Order: sequence, then structure tokens, then C-alpha cells
Amino acid sequence: MQALTNRAKQVERAQMSFIEQLYLWNILKGMFITFGHMFKKQPTIRYPEQKREFSPVFRGLQVLNRDEEGRENCTACGLCAVACPAEAITMEAAERLPGEEKLYKEEKYAAKYEINMLRCIFCGLCEEACPKDAIYLSETFTPADYARKNFIYKKNDLLIPNPVTDPKGFADARGSKVIRTSK
Amino acid sequence: MSEQQLFKVTIDNITIEVPAGTTILEAGRKIGGEVAPPAMCFYSKLKGSGGKCRTCLVEVSKGSEKDPRPMPKLVASCRTTVMDGMEVKNITSPKVIDARAGVVEFLLLNHPLDCPVCDQAGECHLQDLSYEHGKEGTRYEFQRRTFKKHDLGPYIQLHMTRCIMCFRCVYTANQVTDSRVHGILDRGDHAEIATYIEKSLDNDFIGNVIDVCPVGALTDKTFRFKNRVWFLKPMDAHRDCPKCSGKVTLWNRGNEVFRVTARKDEWGEVEDWICNECRFEKKQTTDWVIEGPREISRHSVISQGHYVHSVIPTETFAAVNDGRKPHLLLDIHDTSGVNKPDIDLSKINGPAHSNNFSS
Repeated sequence: MQALTNRAKQVERAQMSFIEQLYLWNILKGMFITFGHMFKKQPTIRYPEQKREFSPVFRGLQVLNRDEEGRENCTACGLCAVACPAEAITMEAAERLPGEEKLYKEEKYAAKYEINMLRCIFCGLCEEACPKDAIYLSETFTPADYARKNFIYKKNDLLIPNPVTDPKGFADARGSKVIRTSK
Repeated sequence: MSEQQLFKVTIDNITIEVPAGTTILEAGRKIGGEVAPPAMCFYSKLKGSGGKCRTCLVEVSKGSEKDPRPMPKLVASCRTTVMDGMEVKNITSPKVIDARAGVVEFLLLNHPLDCPVCDQAGECHLQDLSYEHGKEGTRYEFQRRTFKKHDLGPYIQLHMTRCIMCFRCVYTANQVTDSRVHGILDRGDHAEIATYIEKSLDNDFIGNVIDVCPVGALTDKTFRFKNRVWFLKPMDAHRDCPKCSGKVTLWNRGNEVFRVTARKDEWGEVEDWICNECRFEKKQTTDWVIEGPREISRHSVISQGHYVHSVIPTETFAAVNDGRKPHLLLDIHDTSGVNKPDIDLSKINGPAHSNNFSS
């Protein structure tokens, strides 16, 4: 019969020699490989104390961004929702009233903004679609939970800490990723 | 001469016979597709419109059969009538493409580009025009022009910064409504659409200025910031209206009527003018007889999520389980604050504010 590939190997059926019959040599060979690993670099990371660095393209939990003055960037333009392949994003817009200029950057803002984390596939298309640099995917995971209802993330869960009142929290949430600065 | 004279005109190597007196732009529209020059100010249903925005510039490479010399400059196709044997180059002429990119750059000089905020986004002619004919960047380095805010009453929202001075709304007020109270004030860079003394636009049929506005300068205040057009479902509907034809497009989300507009043809022009009552007052599904979903070009963002010929499979779970309904793990309305079934955003008069959401 002709072999389909040349990778087929004929099984050797020759009698084992005396040394081979003792199996000692093969055991030693195996031991050598096992104990050799003691002198190699450890790939293990001791998780809660030590954390692995994220890749620069890591896409984690969404964050709604604020500008330097702590105003929300989002104008509820709906481009993230229309770009979302999983249809996880919903929002309702409202008009900024006089006196709310310190809260919202533009005259229109997202009064409600929700991401259904059960649906989200962390593709990052919302970040790419956003014209206002208002949403981006941070370097954290979505925490696990027991109830499905806790995966509907509201605007308060998603908003980044205010850089004016909480600069450290703002910097932590931003992470080490290079973020586009809007003009 | 009882029989109307037909002129042979060739646009982009496509020959068509049109009656004398037809403009190049209308002849192009008869051929259709890419051959039709874009138009921002010309409106076939408004007499005297056109000749202002210069987006419809075309090259006439042969004047006519009798005088075959080409026209020395690019001509505005909405204002130039055809001659027998005329040869016109639209997208086949690099000169036209270049000139159009320049015109778009001019139109966008003072345009704020606040499309994420603007309600017109998704059905804006300037958006389409700059995508199709414009360049990527602008060379303008100065402050864009701003205006004092003008209040045009409870129905119409004016954003003067977005205006491109097409004069369509002025012609509409002149030709469709009984009296015109708004117009262009001042000249040059200071020219603006306004009523001289703050006055609201409330004469009947004035709502049509919203439909004719090619940009987001005049928008529906009752729809302001309520939703994005591409999340709404356009439905053809009609009602027995004593004042107008009553043929409209409803922009629904679920059973909520968010907006009523006139029906627009493929050139973005209204088919029938509709009255203010139909547009602003009748926001109940029960007011209308719904004819069916409106056909939207599949290249438009508005067609997103509209699966026209899809067949929805019937739910068999209850049938095979002795009528037992599937166990619902999560009703989204229990947790979600968006799209509450008992709160109708469309019922709010004007845009929603923070106090509408406080409860």
C-alpha cells in the first residue's frame, strides 16, 4: 500500500537489548529532563501578589472617559451602539441644562448609558467608533458575579473617577495604555 | 409647435433625450446613479432654488451641435439648460472632481462638524457629500464663525453654525406657507438665518423647512436629542388630513412615534409637503394608518438593523412543552434603566433634560 505522506514511520519490532530490558537507562533519561527544569527560569506567576503585565492591545472592561476638567466626554451619538456587533450598548440622551456645564462637555450628553456585559465580546469596536474619545477598553477584567442582573453595567459603574477630585483613581483607571488625546 | 422639442444630451457618455428647457442636473437625475451631480441648494420642488452652493459644477465639453465649442468654465448644472447635442462630463472629468473637493472644503470651512451631537447625522446631505466628494483634511486654521443663539419657537431648532446658506428654507417659507417671517440677515460672513425680532416660526406648513434643510441647521425640536435616526424604523403612514396630503414617514421605535417627516425620494426631496399638525402634533400610532416599512437604500446607515426579507422562526418551546413558557432568567427591564416600557421619551415636549430622568 502506498503511504499518503512520507511522515509515516515503520514501527520497530526488534528485540530489546539487555540494558534496554533493565529500563534503568530510560528512567535516568527521564529523571534528567525532570530535574533539569529545577535550574530553568520559572514561568509561574504567583497571582494575587504578582500580576502579569497586560499586552498593549489588551481589551478589558469599558470605561467612560472624562476630560481634564472632569466633564463627561460622551455625547450619546450612538456610534458605539451601532458599531457593537453584539448589540450590548444602549443609551438615552438628554440636553445639558444651564448650570450643568461642569458635568458634561457638550450640550448633549448620555443621561443613561448601559453596557450588557453578558453580551459584550470585548472586540473594541466601540472604542474605535467613538469620535469623542469617550469610551475605551481598560486593563481590567469584568469581575465575576453570581447574578445575571449585576452584569448590566450602568453609567455609574462605567464612568472613570473624576480627575479633579480623585486624580489617583483616574490615573489607575486609565492604565498604562497610550490614549489618544482629543483636540 | 404642439410637440415638445427633444434635445439629445450626453452626460458621462450616456445619451438621453430630454425636453428643451431641462437643466443638466435634471437630465442627469433622469439617467440616475452617479451621473446625477450632487446638489445642496437646488430643490426641484422650489422655484428659483439653485445656483448658490456650486456643488453641482460640471464640465461642458461640447456646447451644442451647432456650436461645438466647450464652455470656458465649469458650469452650475442646476442652472444651465441643455442644448441639442451637448456633451457634459461629470465624474469623468478630473476638473470637476477637483472643483467639487474644493467646494466641499469651502462648505466645511465654518461648519462645526458636531455630527455626534447633531440630529441630522445619518441623513445629512453635507455628510454624504463630504464622504463622497470631499478631502480628508481642512487647511483652515482660524476660529470658526459663531452666532448669537436665536429661538425660533417650540417646533423648530435653529443651529446657525451648521448652516450653509442654501436659501432652501427661505424659498419654502415663500412658496409653501402663507407668510414668511424668517430670512437671511446681514451679508457675507455675517449672513445668518433669523427672524429680525425674535419671533417664532409657527405658521402652518413651516415645518417643511426642517425637511428641506440639507444640513442640521433647522431640526425638529420635538425630536431633539431623543434618538438617533439609525435606531428608528421608518414606516410609511397616512391619515385623513384636511390641510395636506397626510402622506408621511413615521420614525418609530417599537410602537413609539418619535418623529414624523414627509416622505423623501432618492434625491432627498420631499414627495408631498405636510402640515404642522401632522408633523408635530400627531405622535400616536393610533393617529395613523400604517402602510408598511419604508424602503431605505441599503447603503444608508438608516438601513442598519432592518432585516427586510428575514423570516422570524416561530417559537416552538411552548408547543412541545405542554404550553409551558421558557423560564426567563433575566427580564432586562428589571435592571436596565434604558428604554423603560412605561416611560415614553417621545411624549416629552422638546429634548429630555436631567430632571426627566431623576425619578
